[in-house]
Amino acid sequence: MTTRLFGQKITRREDPRLLTGHGRYVDDVSGSAIAAAFVRSPHAHADIIDIDVSGALDVDGVIAVWTHEDLPGEAAQRLPMLIPHPSIVAPHTGYALAKDHVNFVGEPIVMVVAENRYIAEDAANRIEVDYRFCDPVVGVEASRAGTRIVHEGMTDNVAAHLVQEVGDIDSGLGGAPHVLELDLEFERSACMPMEGKGVVARWDSGDGSLEVHSSTQTSTGLRAVLAAKLELPLTKVEVITPDVGGAFGVKINHPWPEELAVACAARALETTVKWTEDRREHFISSAHERAQTQWVRVGFDDEGRILGLDVKFWHDNGAYLPYGVIVPLNTSTHIMGPYAIPAFRVEYWSLYTNTVMVTPYRGAGRAHAVFMMERTMDAIAAELGLDRAEVRLRNFVREFPHPMGLRMQDGAEGCIDSGDFVTSLDKLKSLVGWDEFESYREQARSEGRQVGIGLACYIESTGAGPYEGGHIEIESSGRVNVWTGLTSHGQAHATVFAQIVADELGVPLDTVHVTTGDTRKLPYSVGTWGSRGAVMAGNALHLTAKKVREKALRIAGESLEADPEDLEIVEGMVQVKGDASASMPLAAVSVLSNPLRYAFDESARAATQFAKESDEDEPSIRPGEQPGLEEQEFFSPLRSTVANGIHAAIVETDPETADIRILRYCVVHDCGPMVNPLVVEGQVHGGVAQGVGGALYEKMAYDTDGQLLNASFMDFLMPFASEIPHVETDHLETPSPLNPLGIKGAGEAGTIPAATAIASAIEDAEGIAIRSMPLDPSTLWHMRADHAADAAHSR
Amino acid sequence: MTESLDTEPTSTIRLTVNGTLHVLEVPDRKLLSDVLRQDLELTGTHVGCEHGVCGACTVQLDGEPVRSCLMFAGSAQGHEVTTVEGIGDDPEHPADVQQAFIDCHGLQCGFCTPGFITTIDAYIDENPHPSEEEAREAVSGNLCRCTGYQNIVSAVQRAAELRAEGASQ
Ligand code: FES
Ligand code: FES
Repeated sequence: MTTRLFGQKITRREDPRLLTGHGRYVDDVSGSAIAAAFVRSPHAHADIIDIDVSGALDVDGVIAVWTHEDLPGEAAQRLPMLIPHPSIVAPHTGYALAKDHVNFVGEPIVMVVAENRYIAEDAANRIEVDYRFCDPVVGVEASRAGTRIVHEGMTDNVAAHLVQEVGDIDSGLGGAPHVLELDLEFERSACMPMEGKGVVARWDSGDGSLEVHSSTQTSTGLRAVLAAKLELPLTKVEVITPDVGGAFGVKINHPWPEELAVACAARALETTVKWTEDRREHFISSAHERAQTQWVRVGFDDEGRILGLDVKFWHDNGAYLPYGVIVPLNTSTHIMGPYAIPAFRVEYWSLYTNTVMVTPYRGAGRAHAVFMMERTMDAIAAELGLDRAEVRLRNFVREFPHPMGLRMQDGAEGCIDSGDFVTSLDKLKSLVGWDEFESYREQARSEGRQVGIGLACYIESTGAGPYEGGHIEIESSGRVNVWTGLTSHGQAHATVFAQIVADELGVPLDTVHVTTGDTRKLPYSVGTWGSRGAVMAGNALHLTAKKVREKALRIAGESLEADPEDLEIVEGMVQVKGDASASMPLAAVSVLSNPLRYAFDESARAATQFAKESDEDEPSIRPGEQPGLEEQEFFSPLRSTVANGIHAAIVETDPETADIRILRYCVVHDCGPMVNPLVVEGQVHGGVAQGVGGALYEKMAYDTDGQLLNASFMDFLMPFASEIPHVETDHLETPSPLNPLGIKGAGEAGTIPAATAIASAIEDAEGIAIRSMPLDPSTLWHMRADHAADAAHSR
Repeated sequence: MTESLDTEPTSTIRLTVNGTLHVLEVPDRKLLSDVLRQDLELTGTHVGCEHGVCGACTVQLDGEPVRSCLMFAGSAQGHEVTTVEGIGDDPEHPADVQQAFIDCHGLQCGFCTPGFITTIDAYIDENPHPSEEEAREAVSGNLCRCTGYQNIVSAVQRAAELRAEGASQ
């Protein structure tokens, strides 16, 4: 038997290439192409009165200067609203190049195409735009007040409004012996992949086709939207996603204005045009996430069991809503977390502001939900004087599947399909030393140190549908080519999908070659987001490999004169089960699968010994068959899987400076069976680092005029190695009944509860209620002062 | 108002990159990172911020790590530049630091990685036996958004081990 590759810590097959400078990221694709640069609005809210481009036209090397008027046909219309939802009451999207108005600092207005980026930027600097200023709306509070309006024709700033209810909230809260209210605040952050966005568009005037390389998370989606906007037949547009330098959500929106404008320019100029985003552009014009103002009312009994939970929150969606309401919708559907709550009501308002739009960021909307629920759990424990872990234990869902009674982002009813929260909590408590912490605290106190411990539980709907596909072909050399429409941005798809396929086909791992995100082979795909890659494409490829295997056994069966049922594939050889003497290489089966038998390689010559005499009364290819050892298959799940986990943090806060240090960080994580534990761990580490960034450092500092004050890595503090703790992990593998491999997604697990676990630990160290994140030392220092003043006052 | 711009000033520079001498005519304001990537097609060097913070563009100048986005190519005139391709450009036979990253799962998207490789390659010559804390310190001038750094820190120590083994052979 070949050893099963599923579950093994296989080192990554993409590494050698990436490590030796042979990666191919979008900006590497066409270094010499002419380049676009954009003039962006310096104002958050204004009418455009006039644009004077004459200064730019004189610059040597400038090829074209485009404003909105130069966009052709559909490309000049509003950008699409990708995911409509019934809760959206006022859908507003922008244009590829602003038409008459700008709604945030950074909105593109003019595109300059020149011989190179240096010249394009020179020219862009010489373009003059006249504005009539309007009052900007910045932040949730200003937006809620509604005294200033972002979009003309609206009477308030509400983009979407939704209420969902489970059970009877009035009796749930009304009958509760204890009721608490919490006001909470979660700040804006951003994905900040190390590679910004980019696009290279090549127009082939010979056959009227467009080939686009983009750092997108959805090549098929981008292809379809470009075809629609450029009014081209779908077959004349292909999108290739090469190596992508991280995405974390921000590259899921499509088309970005620049992708569309650059593609139009390539066609008009009949050449190749590229645009590579610089870091400042990424800060001010790519999407952000996270900002919400939240209100919670919870009713519970003397044991800490929740009887009713009523939640309202206000979500800042920025200037436009191109990606719909996935973020607030995810927040609203994840609040109940791993708990059985008999009565629940959630109401949200998604609000326009004159700031960069909000689209999903790793943990999309769920990090905010965890903040509400887990801060509530801690508040209940504090109110009753109970252990925080114990309160959670008493509220856990214990029977699976557990229907949640809420409509999720995929439109299906949410249901926790599997898990074992009690065991997870046990594992976490022993990993972090929960029960021994009090003695550690005492010891630290005696050394003049102040420490605290915190925890946060979460669930995450992962592996959303509707489908994902696979395509597998076995060459006559025995090489196995695998395609999935999914894009890859560091998730090790080339390794984990090869593991899955190699297992099913019984071939050595190094014969399997995976290609991702190329619409030329697999035009049907959804994209890489929401922890769905392994669940969706993993299962699709598993099913595809099964189909290829069946075909291989059928063909080999005829040659070996054996029932396909009695055959197996071991190390690339088809053989009678347990008897290697009657066998043939898979490579030869591939040759036999194609009646066109030019003997141009060794396997073709070798295969002749297995070829049967052809039957004169039958065509070479029988009805219903296709030549080649090649199949395509799709996987479409009933609903999303639900992964879960618990994080704990131990922090130390400096009594003088209020500096916050994470001493330990522990994660117990259940994503079902792990295809490659090395990769899962890596995902968790990276996710925690982003969570720590969001907890302590990262925050988009807008002033009241809508200027982003910290649009550089010097001012927006992303953690370096010196700020990130060593992460300790443990796993529980409860398989999902919803897919053949039983797997659940893992991509966002590290990020979702991190800020909340750290908030819990800081609260424990300080004895001050933490109601907003992120938290920096200076804010904590002021909170201490206020707290001391309050205490003195009430004495 | 029309006003014509002079053609931008260029200079001829002599630059040794990964052991090969290049004589190039480049605009005076062109960054070293852009000359490496565009003129010499050494696209292993990446640009993540263009303002000197992220370290993705790190190359070695006469063996010392520098940010190639903060230097004009003209300033590198007469110097020896080593990019990630110069550390090792054969995927079949990665150099010790590169192998260490494979062993430790020290990369995900790989975009920040060349900057880490050039930094660590120079560092372990200086400190052949880094402790975990020293290893962390050594890479804390480079940003990575994917890995959470833990495995990169391990890769520093593993790279030092591999180099020591290589030296003793
Ligand atoms: S690109 Fe040079 S330091 Fe970021
Ligand atoms: S591996 Fe992606 S940024 Fe470091």
